[in-house]
Amino acid sequence: MEKITLAGQLFQYLITGLTVGSIYAMVAVGFNIIYNVTEIINFAQGEFVMLGGLIMVFFNVVVGLPLIAAFPATVILVTLVGVLLDRLAISPIRRPSVLTLIIATIAASILLKGAAMFIWGKNPYDLPAFSGRVPITVFGAVIQPQYFWVTGFLVVIVVILSIFFDRSIIGKAMSACADNPDAASLVGINVKQMILLAFAMSAAIGAVAGITMTPISLMEYDRGAMLAVKGFGAAILGGLGSFPGAILGGLIMGTIESFGAGLISSGYKDAFALIVLLIVLFFKPSGILGSIEISRIKRF
Amino acid sequence: MTLKRISIFTLICLFCLGLTVSPAVAFKGTYKVGAVFSVTGPTSFLGDPEKKTAEMLVEEINNAGGINGNKLELIIYDTEGDATKANLAVKKLITQDKVCAVIGPSLSGTSLAVVPLAEKYETPLVSCAASYKIVFDDKTGKPYKWVFKTPQSDSMAVEAIYTRMQKVGINKVAIISDTSGYGASGRGELIRLAPKYKIEVVADEKYAPKDTDMTAQLTKIKGAAAQAIINWSVGPSQVTVLRNYRDLGMTVIPFYQSHGFGSRKNIELAAGAAENVFSPLGACNTPEALPADHPQKAVTMKYKQDYMAAYNEPVSSFGGHAWDALQMVVKALENVGCDRAAIRDFIENTKGFVGQHGIFNFSKDDHNGLTWEQSFNMIVVKDGDWALAD
Repeated sequence: MEKITLAGQLFQYLITGLTVGSIYAMVAVGFNIIYNVTEIINFAQGEFVMLGGLIMVFFNVVVGLPLIAAFPATVILVTLVGVLLDRLAISPIRRPSVLTLIIATIAASILLKGAAMFIWGKNPYDLPAFSGRVPITVFGAVIQPQYFWVTGFLVVIVVILSIFFDRSIIGKAMSACADNPDAASLVGINVKQMILLAFAMSAAIGAVAGITMTPISLMEYDRGAMLAVKGFGAAILGGLGSFPGAILGGLIMGTIESFGAGLISSGYKDAFALIVLLIVLFFKPSGILGSIEISRIKRF
Repeated sequence: MTLKRISIFTLICLFCLGLTVSPAVAFKGTYKVGAVFSVTGPTSFLGDPEKKTAEMLVEEINNAGGINGNKLELIIYDTEGDATKANLAVKKLITQDKVCAVIGPSLSGTSLAVVPLAEKYETPLVSCAASYKIVFDDKTGKPYKWVFKTPQSDSMAVEAIYTRMQKVGINKVAIISDTSGYGASGRGELIRLAPKYKIEVVADEKYAPKDTDMTAQLTKIKGAAAQAIINWSVGPSQVTVLRNYRDLGMTVIPFYQSHGFGSRKNIELAAGAAENVFSPLGACNTPEALPADHPQKAVTMKYKQDYMAAYNEPVSSFGGHAWDALQMVVKALENVGCDRAAIRDFIENTKGFVGQHGIFNFSKDDHNGLTWEQSFNMIVVKDGDWALAD
């Protein structure tokens, strides 16, 4: 093994940071969809990711479906969980305030975690990588082929979502629900249906995140909470509700962690990301790409 | 007619009921043993196999006629890994359930919380947790009178690793550990004992137990000219770190895992990256790798097969600790009956007890009874299976 140069080391930190960051970004995007429609933070977002990974293990490894079939099957099943979460926990709340809804999602996350523990046990599970495990070397840094899948899916999801929310009538209707649910229903938008759709979409995105990250980092029943915390941090850093912000926030968090661990101290790597988050919020409370005007009219 | 039918039906019911409740063996009396494990909660990976192991053994003992004709009754309480709950449970076991002895708790933290109770109520306690502080009173420099433990201490695993490194001429190591209690304690021992073996620690990296990637830490180690890497963690992160190590093309540097690596699942999950990885493991993790004349071969093979048959999951180190603790108490009950002071004296004088994790030789100065030489084998992963390292 040749000795690694400092430049090679730095480049490896960057690559590692970007790849870890794209997982955070995908979780952050899921937070944003529900936030954009309901103004609540869905604390079960990490559990969607966990379910995505574990259900994919079931379809792909246990049942033996090929990747191309197991992938959509998993996404559909997790989307159903998202729909059920809305129908059973969010929708029946009679006088919804932001706080009660958030607490309902916390309850749902505990329930989903417990259910996953019963179904899959406490062991971690692995998935075969989509295109092999032979790492690619670029300027002395090593990249797993799976990382390209993670970043690729992230880009595709964000492009689709941006077009959906900016151009399509349903997307615009969903955004209207967040700004003013009463006015939205006055103009004929079915607010409850839009919320349902938001939960379905963010569950689907969570599932994609879980499926693509499991070959890299394995998946077990209690992984969700950590992902939710990191994804939430990324969403706040980039500006809640902004999709480009979620990507930027995720990548920045990942990169700071990686450089912090490599250059300063790996024991405090989580702290570096949080310090940067606090500093950004101090100077720009709405996040890097968030707009102050929009955040003023939000209830949360 | 109807009355007759009803009476026949009732008779049949009573008969069936009688069949189910009448004991298969008539016992003279009952020996109560208490157990406190973290069956649920974040450390259930310890308490769950411990509880299963203990229940399996109790059933086996009672089916074979109990202890000298007395039924063994195990009263298990869940601590959820919480020191306060452990304390209450042990108090209840001692004062209300009036058990002969207590096994557990599963964690060093919960065990330390109940040591004063065992001392105060003069009840033998055999802990299933690792810290040497559980059995050793730093203030008096002597072991606690009533407390024993079955797991090896972290320092024993470190000595096993460092001794082998000295033998193969490694003197510059990189440490990578997780930030859990297990990782932090192992890291502390690695750093404390390094000078004794003339080993220099050239890198000391950490990661959080749920981290998805340790490439940055390993890249730093790659630049540090280490001759070997030692990882200290439990859970999926010890597999992730191996995969990152392989991806970074670092496999020419020997890799040592802690004694927490002893699950076949880890080899499987590492997808080839565990090849040639060293780990000091107790006999119960790798019974197949032991030579046929090894003193622990028979007990470890039997435990492995019984446990697999009962629960359809592989054995773990932790279940082995409960096996050692319960069997030790059972042996004492067999010899001295349910007399707390006599049980304590019996365990303290036990020599050559063949357990899952070693051959225990207790004494009044040593309430753990193990040395690293006979409680750990240096195991290496070869062709996806455990093998004894030479």
